[in-house]
Amino acid sequence: MSEVGEYIRDVVTGVKSLLKGMKVTGHYISHPSEIVTQQYPENRETLQMFDRFRGEVVLLHDENNEHKCTGCSACEIACPNGTIRIVSNQIVNEAGKKQKIIDTFVYNLAMCTFCNLCIKACPTDAIVMAQNFEHATFERTELVKILNRPGSKIMEGVEEKSTD
Amino acid sequence: MQDFSLLTRAIHDNLSSHLSPTLTQVTEMVIVAVCFLTFFALTGMIMVYVERKVCALFQQRLGPMRVGPWGLAQSFADFIKLLFKEPLMTRQADSFIFNLAPFIIIISSFMAIAVIPFAKGLQALDFDIGIFYVTAVSSIGVVSILLAGWSSSNKYSLIGAIRSGAQVLSYEISIGLSLLTIVMLSGTLQFSTIIQSQANGWWIFKGHLPVIFAFIIYVIAGTAETNRGPFDIAEAESELTAGFHTEYSGIKFSFFFLAEYINMFIISAIAATVFLGGWMPFHMGSWDAFNGIMDFIPPLAWFVLKVGGIMFLMMWFRWTFPRLRIDQLLTLEWKYLMPLSILNVVFTAFIVVSGWHF
Repeated sequence: MSEVGEYIRDVVTGVKSLLKGMKVTGHYISHPSEIVTQQYPENRETLQMFDRFRGEVVLLHDENNEHKCTGCSACEIACPNGTIRIVSNQIVNEAGKKQKIIDTFVYNLAMCTFCNLCIKACPTDAIVMAQNFEHATFERTELVKILNRPGSKIMEGVEEKSTD
Repeated sequence: MQDFSLLTRAIHDNLSSHLSPTLTQVTEMVIVAVCFLTFFALTGMIMVYVERKVCALFQQRLGPMRVGPWGLAQSFADFIKLLFKEPLMTRQADSFIFNLAPFIIIISSFMAIAVIPFAKGLQALDFDIGIFYVTAVSSIGVVSILLAGWSSSNKYSLIGAIRSGAQVLSYEISIGLSLLTIVMLSGTLQFSTIIQSQANGWWIFKGHLPVIFAFIIYVIAGTAETNRGPFDIAEAESELTAGFHTEYSGIKFSFFFLAEYINMFIISAIAATVFLGGWMPFHMGSWDAFNGIMDFIPPLAWFVLKVGGIMFLMMWFRWTFPRLRIDQLLTLEWKYLMPLSILNVVFTAFIVVSGWHF
C-alpha cells in the first residue's frame, strides 16, 4: 500500500513542480514591460548602461581642468597586462619642495581586459570606469589614448591627503 | 462562412456538369492537394514566426524584430534562404533513402491532415474510421525519421533516430488509449459524428473527470509524438547537434522543419476536434443571448482559436520544461502514462455503462 501511496505522491509532486515552472514563464509572457532586450541603434539616445558596466578607463577632470592623479604609478604596477604607462616629471613647486607630476597618462584600450584592478589600486580615486562601449575605430593607433587633457594640472591638496 | 458544404457542393456540381465522373474526381483531388500544399507552406511560416515570438516572450526577449515591422517578414526571409542553400550529402550516405526520407514525413502529415474537419463541410475525407486512420498514418512519420537517421551514416543521426523510434512507438499507446475514451463516450470513430455528438456541449465538459484526464494524457503524449521539447531527445541540440536531420540542408531540411510544425498542428487539431468540440461554438446551458453571440462567430474561427490555444500550451511546455533523458522518457510513458490511461479507460467504461456523463 505504501508503494501505491509513493507512486501517487510522485505524480502529484511532479505535476506541482511543473506547474510552478509554468507559473514563472506565464508571468514573463503576461508582463511584456519586463522584457530586457534593448533595441540598440534605435534607442542610442536614451540607452542607460548599468552602474557596474566597465567601458573604458578615464581620468576624471573637474571644470577647472584639474585631475587627482599624483603620478604614483600604482595603477601601472597593478595592471596585469601593461595597458597603462605613466610618464612623470619632477618639478619644484611654490613651497620649494620637489614634486612628481604626470606628463602623460597613456592607456592602451586594445590591451585592456577591463579587470578593474587599476581603479582599485588608485589611492586618490583619480581614475574610474566609464560607461561608453562604442570603441570601434579604423586605426589601431587610435585605441592608444592619452587620458590627461592638455594643460591639465593636479588638484590642490590631493598630494597631502594621499600621503597621510 | 457558416457552412462550407454549400461551396464544395457548388464546385462539385459545376465540375461534374462539364467533365466525366473520373475526371471530376481527379480534378477535385488536385484542387484539394493544391489547397493543402498552400496551407502547409503558409501554416509552417506563420507557426515558425509565432513560435519564435512566443519563445522570446517566455524568455523576456523580443524575438525577431529586424525584417519588416515586428519581424513579420522573418519567416519569408528564412524560407528564401533555405530554398537557395546547397543540398549537401555525406559521401557514405545511402543516397536513395537519404533523399526519400523527407518526402515520407511530408506525405505522412499530408495523409493525416486530409481527415481534419476545419469547419462545417470543410473536410477532405470523412472516413467512418477517421480516428483509427489518423493514428495509423501519423505514425508513418517515424519511419521517415528512422530512415533519415540510418542513411545519413552519422552517429548522431543514428542515435537520434533510434531514440525517436523508441519514443514515438511508446507514446502511440497513450495517444490511442486517451482517444479511446472519447470513442467510447461518442460511440463512433468518425470525426464528423464525434463533432455532431458535441453539439450540446464539448466532451471535456460532458465527460467531466475521465475526459479531463484523457485530455491531459493526450496533450503530454502528443507533445512527445511531435518530438518537441521537453521530449525532443531525437534532436537534442546540446548532445546530438540536431539528431536525425544533422546531415540535411536546404530544402530537404526545411521539409523536416515544416513537418514538425504541421504534425504539431495535426495533434492540436485532433485534440480540438475530439475533446473541445472541433468547430462547434461554446454554449452555456440556457443563456440564449450568449449562445446567439457565440453562434455568430464562424466555425472556422472557433476551430483556429481552439487549435491555437492547444498549440500555445505546447509552446509553453517547450520553453518551460527541461529536456528528459531517454530513460526518464520511457519511464514516464511505461510506468506512469500508460497505466494511468488504462485505468482511465476502465473508469470511462464504468461511467458510460452507468450513464454518469451528460
